[in-house]
Amino acid sequence: MGITIDRADEALPEEQPFRQSLKLLWRDKFAFFAAVVLLIVFFFAIFGPALFGPEATLMNLRARNTPPFSLEHGWINVLGTDSLGRSILARIIVGSQNTIAISGAAVICSMTIGSILGLAAGFRGGWLGNIIMRTADIIMSFPSLLLALIVLYVLGASVTNVVLVLAITRIPLYLRTSRAEVLEIRERMFVTAARVMGARPRRLMWRHIAPLVAPTMITLATLDFAFVMLAESSLTFLGLGIQPPEITWGLMVAEGRAYLATAWWVSFWPGVAITIVTMSLNLLSNWVRIVTDPVQRWRLEATKSHD
Amino acid sequence: MGEYLGRRTLHSAVSLIGLVVLVFFLARLTGNPADLYLPVDASIQERQNFAEIHGFNDPLIVQFGNFLAGVASFDFGESLRYSQPALQLVLHAFPTTLKLAFFSIGIALSIAIVTGALAAWRIQGVFDRIASILALAGASIPHFWIAIVGVLVFAVTLRLVPTSGTGTVAQWILPVAVLAIRPCGLIVQVVRGSMLSALSSAYVKTARAKGVRTRIIIFVHALRNAMLPVITVAGDQAVGIVNGAVIVETIFGFPGVGKLMIDAITNRDFALVQTAVLVTAVAIFLMNILIDIAYAMLDPRIRHT
Repeated sequence: MGITIDRADEALPEEQPFRQSLKLLWRDKFAFFAAVVLLIVFFFAIFGPALFGPEATLMNLRARNTPPFSLEHGWINVLGTDSLGRSILARIIVGSQNTIAISGAAVICSMTIGSILGLAAGFRGGWLGNIIMRTADIIMSFPSLLLALIVLYVLGASVTNVVLVLAITRIPLYLRTSRAEVLEIRERMFVTAARVMGARPRRLMWRHIAPLVAPTMITLATLDFAFVMLAESSLTFLGLGIQPPEITWGLMVAEGRAYLATAWWVSFWPGVAITIVTMSLNLLSNWVRIVTDPVQRWRLEATKSHD
Repeated sequence: MGEYLGRRTLHSAVSLIGLVVLVFFLARLTGNPADLYLPVDASIQERQNFAEIHGFNDPLIVQFGNFLAGVASFDFGESLRYSQPALQLVLHAFPTTLKLAFFSIGIALSIAIVTGALAAWRIQGVFDRIASILALAGASIPHFWIAIVGVLVFAVTLRLVPTSGTGTVAQWILPVAVLAIRPCGLIVQVVRGSMLSALSSAYVKTARAKGVRTRIIIFVHALRNAMLPVITVAGDQAVGIVNGAVIVETIFGFPGVGKLMIDAITNRDFALVQTAVLVTAVAIFLMNILIDIAYAMLDPRIRHT
């Protein structure tokens, strides 16, 4: 058994990149588990409202404040019910859509805007680059929640504003990284060659430099998802984010706070959901960091599979 | 070192001024600032009077000049709800938040440095695995949820500590613990990572070859060089702890700046919100300078250039 696996190790570099990543993912059991959890969560984020939409808002006053793990009122109430008799499980599943969609939208916005500004700052430099970088410094040097609070106070709380605020506070991250990448890439031989061949700045930037920056930005965005999710639920918890009757995990925790002494499960389970998802994202991003780091990658490659 | 500190201070000062400008224009861009300062049920006449008295009908540039003059002379306007100068209220609440942040980051740092250093010593060992998972969990748990669970377990069920207030030591335990969890988890990961590279360097091998004791290698030789990234992250976390403080103070009814700010937002008390944000920004500005000094003291390469 050991011998065959050793051969598989030798064959690793020649395999398809995707299969190779899967193999490395399997080697790190925690990361593999995290990936499975995330797949399940994304499944529910997409299909949850279609599957459990009615159950999430259905009030059943006879079953109100049912404690968890009692199957008296059907399996859907296994995690308990809130003060209106709505199923916590169904609400968590339906709420996953809002939670994931809002964080996802914010991450995509900040990644796109940040990368483009970073490209511009790195490629053009000059006064434009200076203004962009100084603005990023301002955003970076203050607590994100503080900026979010004052912006949401002035603009009012709505889904669009929350996405906007979360995106703004995360833009500097992408901006700085993409600028640093551009500064390095634009000095490379192939860019000089393209310039000598007469490529216009715009073509140089989009055709030659941007595709090389993109993978880093996407990795960064995956890593940042957990942070944005926590920030979103904190804002919502403070009452400045998503407003009822929408369902998000942060909102569910906030709503359950009033019933803490009598029905702890109302705010407990949504918090568990947030923790599981952020932890899975962090586990997966740890794995990504190890796999992309040549100094540490051998640790995973050297680990023998136990199957 | 002087030049380095000067340059860094200038950068931070630019950011600070940027925030002041941002706060001013945010309030003016969204229409009539009187709407922000006055309660929702104020009449049109009241709004006009208010705008007239406070010069909101002046040209924008004049208003900006007045605003800057106000900020420079520490006049941030009066809180609507408390009818007191906003600055006085904020400065009164500030020490509580400062103490909360100081204890939390101090405890987080001391636990994280020892744990991270020991975890890096036997990588993939039992201690390392447990520490890594706990650190990851600590970095992933939302403040507001762990605070609620803490209240549920230690205050409601076990009745070990009170649920709110700041009078006794017992009342500080939960808030400080909750606030320390996230920075602690993140710093453990950084210490572990940077200790890993420090421990694999040539000078550690030399020290080991000379027969220096393990404890001294870890905590004297390697740790000092591993501290640089830790200082950076600890600094970021100290800034970020304001985020957590807002939430923790709200949940535990702590009379700090965070709670003041959230209450001011619920009461639509703009003068107070604005002052709290600006004072916190100044505090962070000062802290950034302290971090730069710490950085320069730890890294001779910065000190001598």
